[in-house]
Amino acid sequence: MRILTFIRQVLDAEESVHVSNNAVALENSKLVMDTMDEYGVEEALRLRESGVEAEIIAVAVGSARVQEALRTALAMGVDRAIHVETDVRLDAIALSKVLAQIAQQEEATLILSGGQQADWDSHALGAATAERLHWPQVTWTSALELKGTTLTGKHDVDDGSESFTLELPAVITTQQGLNEPRYPTLPNIMKSKKKELRKESLEQFNVTPKLKFVSAEIQVKDRVNKILDGKDVPAAASQLVNLLRNEARVIA
Amino acid sequence: MILIVVEHANGKVSKSTWEMVTAARELGREAPITALVLGSAIASIAAEIATAVDQVLVADLPALAQYDPELWSAAVAQIATEGEASLLLIGGSRSGREYSPRVAIKLDAPLLEDVISLKANGDTLTAQHYTYLARVTETIEATGPIVVATIKPGIFNPATPRAESPAEQFDVDLNLPAPRVQVTGKTAERSSRVSLAEAEIVVSGGRGVGSAEGFTQYVEALADQLGAAVGATRAIVDAGWRPYSEQVGQTGKTVQPKLYIAIGISGAVQHLSGMNKSKIIVAINRDAEAPIFKIADYGIVGDVPQLVPAILAELKK
Ligand SMILES: Cc1cc2nc3c(=O)[nH]c(=O)nc-3n(C[C@H](O)[C@H](O)[C@H](O)COP(=O)(O)OP(=O)(O)OC[C@H]3O[C@@H](n4cnc5c(N)ncnc54)[C@H](O)[C@@H]3O)c2cc1C
Ligand SMILES: Nc1ncnc2c1ncn2[C@@H]1O[C@H](COP(=O)(O)O)[C@@H](O)[C@H]1O
Repeated sequence: MRILTFIRQVLDAEESVHVSNNAVALENSKLVMDTMDEYGVEEALRLRESGVEAEIIAVAVGSARVQEALRTALAMGVDRAIHVETDVRLDAIALSKVLAQIAQQEEATLILSGGQQADWDSHALGAATAERLHWPQVTWTSALELKGTTLTGKHDVDDGSESFTLELPAVITTQQGLNEPRYPTLPNIMKSKKKELRKESLEQFNVTPKLKFVSAEIQVKDRVNKILDGKDVPAAASQLVNLLRNEARVIA
Repeated sequence: MILIVVEHANGKVSKSTWEMVTAARELGREAPITALVLGSAIASIAAEIATAVDQVLVADLPALAQYDPELWSAAVAQIATEGEASLLLIGGSRSGREYSPRVAIKLDAPLLEDVISLKANGDTLTAQHYTYLARVTETIEATGPIVVATIKPGIFNPATPRAESPAEQFDVDLNLPAPRVQVTGKTAERSSRVSLAEAEIVVSGGRGVGSAEGFTQYVEALADQLGAAVGATRAIVDAGWRPYSEQVGQTGKTVQPKLYIAIGISGAVQHLSGMNKSKIIVAINRDAEAPIFKIADYGIVGDVPQLVPAILAELKK
């Protein structure tokens, strides 16, 4: 079987966000593979290590820099990568059109995708791709097993979690707790340099953004920022309670 | 029409639905506001929402007893098409965010996700939503004969019923697919306290509470004293001190209470993204350099085992 894992490259969580010209500026920031997508790559590798015969393909759509994240995926152990290179920002609905076509071309039967993107905070990509392919989906998956063509596992829902079972083909979106992504080892990094990273152009996919991006701004709420020294415990406790009661008026 | 898909739980219309009604009313469009109720044995839900909208469509079917993304998206897309809806509002819950992309694709419509403000100008809708783990507020536009939007919970004021007589209800017929994902077990979240999503006050604990017992002794005690919900960081959920249902942050819940008290929490961006919109933030941490203090309104630099009992004593005075 073929497994596709979707990869996004996002701002490292430790980095500050900067906005210029009405958009988030990433030129001088450290970018990494979205952790949510690392879970997807790791899970694909684990499915294979558990005995499933599979070719694993990492797919990314985005600017030239996105290939760094694909290189990381190759170094983690995926077999090959596809990079649809474009500077056009595609929303999840538009992006799913590209990914669904690639899934069809590659005859994939399982797609793993991040549960929430750390850049656009979007949850839509997995479900949108599933819909385009007429496949079922499970989102926010925290445990997964594959026996033959049957997937079983656990995922989060509105008011708790559920165990599920379904038949391939399917789209699974990942979640914290699914696994602990591995670090690429030096020998694997060396090996990965010989792996295929295929470039495709966006034109052939016949896709246009569904949304217009107007502006971005960082709105930080003004904070009172009264930080007390806690050395004198009773005094600090009494002062805090007094501030919450009489200044902020948030407790009775 | 503006079509709202009613979210309900335990026989009641959820707060998120009343918030969607406000979002629809504030657009000031001529189009009637229509509520769609999906489920099984939902007559009371339909009657409850009829007090706030122009029209109620009801699909009361045994097949809809259990939520499924393919069933819900098929039902909603069918009704939106038949009713020639110009705007479809779906709750920004886990389920809403899961089936809304399918609806958008069925309708060939743009999808506005997790909307926090919405304005109409002709058939263009301008929305705001958070990006970059809720650090950036982005403005986006969607144009088309129909637009799908999910509304982030806890942002719009819940609507109140109108004075007029309740809206008329209509039963609808649906062509539903067979579900393909089988649910084989369910673990429901249970808590004797107010729910995190609806709480006015949230008291959360992190690794700095020391242990699971420390959480009970400090965080739960303070929460009970204040009538608050409890929250946790991923670090202590991973450690097994608290259930995942209490996790606040990127991969947990998003809260925006009027008071958020962070006890022994460092303030990693993934945690902040779930609580940085809280009205007042209070932090207790022994490290004066902890990032949580950067976004705190009030705080004490000091030791949790000493400070929290003293605060409790002060509150009981
Ligand atoms: C993809 C991804 C998703 C994530 N999602 C989430 C999420 O949803 N929610 C979340 O919370 N995290 C999330 N994280 C993890 C996050 O990065 C942090 O690791 C986590 O929030 C840290 O939890 P903490 O503050 O409890 O622990 P720590 O960072 O260890 O902080 C403990 C704090 O307690 C203080 N302390 C210790 N002892 C005392 C004492 N006696 N008195 C006073 N203060 C004391 C310390 O000074 C320290 O600041 C995510 C990470 C990733 C990669
Ligand atoms: N005044 C504030 N109110 C709420 N959140 C804030 C405030 N200042 C900074 N933050 C949050 O702190 C984190 C780190 O900010 P930065 O380092 O500027 O990217 C982000 O999650 C911001 O949203």
